[in-house]
Amino acid sequence: MKPIEAKNINVYYGDNHVLKDIDITIKENTVTAFIGPSGCGKSTFLRTLNRMNDYIDSFRKKGKIYIDGKDIYDKKVRVEELRRKVGMVFQKPNPFPKSIFENVAYGLKIHGIKSKYEINDTVEKSLKQAALWNEVKDKLDKPALSLSGGQQQRLCIARTLAVKPSIILMDEPASALDPISTAKIEELIFELKEKYTIVIVTHNMQQASRISDRTAFFYLGELVEYGKTSELFTNPRNKQTENYITGRFG
Amino acid sequence: MSNIQRNRNIDTAFKYVGIGCTFFGIVMLLIFIGNILVDGLTRIDWDFLTNLPSRRASKAGILTAWTGTAWILGLTAIIAIPMGVAAGIYLQEYGKKNRLAHIIELNIANLAGVPSIIYGLLGLEIFVRVMRLGGSLLAGALTLALLILPIIIVATREAIKAVPNSLREASYGMGATKWQTIWYQVLPAASGGILTGIILALSRAVGETAPLIVIGALAYVPFVADSPMDEFTVLPIQIFNWVSRPQQEFLVNGAAAIIILLIITFAMNGIAVYLRNRWQKKVSW
Repeated sequence: MKPIEAKNINVYYGDNHVLKDIDITIKENTVTAFIGPSGCGKSTFLRTLNRMNDYIDSFRKKGKIYIDGKDIYDKKVRVEELRRKVGMVFQKPNPFPKSIFENVAYGLKIHGIKSKYEINDTVEKSLKQAALWNEVKDKLDKPALSLSGGQQQRLCIARTLAVKPSIILMDEPASALDPISTAKIEELIFELKEKYTIVIVTHNMQQASRISDRTAFFYLGELVEYGKTSELFTNPRNKQTENYITGRFG
Repeated sequence: MSNIQRNRNIDTAFKYVGIGCTFFGIVMLLIFIGNILVDGLTRIDWDFLTNLPSRRASKAGILTAWTGTAWILGLTAIIAIPMGVAAGIYLQEYGKKNRLAHIIELNIANLAGVPSIIYGLLGLEIFVRVMRLGGSLLAGALTLALLILPIIIVATREAIKAVPNSLREASYGMGATKWQTIWYQVLPAASGGILTGIILALSRAVGETAPLIVIGALAYVPFVADSPMDEFTVLPIQIFNWVSRPQQEFLVNGAAAIIILLIITFAMNGIAVYLRNRWQKKVSW
């Protein structure tokens, strides 16, 4: 089964045509990096994958996106269920202004899980998976906002893992972090891909080449080149890709 | 150079004008409070709070007035808070941001500035006459609820608007519905601002006189209300009644009642400030 398949996606914000005929298939248990200059549409495309653009009034979309073979914009699809399955980590760490424990338990609460045992168990497992457990196990009732930026971001990842997604979308998850925290997040992504399909938007080309298996280069709303990261970075087929990854523009 | 000197003079001049304006307000307020305290403080005792109104000034108390105020405050809160907060939530989170929404927004802000006596006339027609509630506590509370509804709606909207969008996105991103997001994340984060608005709105309701007189609140009520359908009076009406009499003793009663009313209003404003500070400390992004 192909986890993500986009066919002929066109996206408009009002009259602004921001994504043009995007066709892409993303493989299971891989890390796929979306790169490209600001405003190229990579974040917009990421957000169409779990319908986070639904709340933007001027947003319009043509084309189809299938996740596990199902059209996610079909009227029968419940968007809450989709987002449970396709989790998201944002650019700026955005923990809820509540305790560390409550941040991770929130997803379970909204999906109707009441068993204390199950909640405690999942919170612990998720924090361990996000490599945060050892740092916070003695202060789970402390406010999440008292953590450092890097810890907050790992908490956000733990929070996403708690509702057991199969796909995780990350929108520049390390761009607001220092190098050490960034390294930790990258390590984490590398570990998570065993169990999850990860799509990451990044401005940092070294980061894309370090952590991703496949890379997609977006430019002016088009998907210019998509292929194995090792090939795209060493031997780009397209001139624009080459110019971008060698730092000639963007 | 002369230009700079001139600009600096303007700067200094404005500073002193500003100081003058500030002090004018404060001094006037102090004179007023001082006067009231001198006139009325000696009159306040337990009997004053627990006596029924009387034709003899020395025996007259404000029991019916302050219990009436408490009734009105409670009923108004029960009616106006859920409605105002719900409307604020709808307008900010659910309603589409189009032209119509803009017009509604503008009108609600305007409603907050409509003279209160107009609300009194509205209440007289709808609640007293059409709904046949008479000059009852319920009619009064409904009228005041209408009066403060715009304030609560605006405060709720502002408080909700101040909640960063990243919080909503985080919640939606985990599969929360709109209502779950509002209930578990947005409202708790906005609660300080909403509470502040509610309390300021209620303190406005406490001081209102005109709309209640229009709907037929009485100046002389010799019993404590025990149901929302009872007739009533409130502190401001009692004060107005006393200070408009010629006898000196009643003026003293009026001053004493003003002190009680001021204490209630200051206490409510104090709570509002306290909640705002606590909220600012607790929620930092």
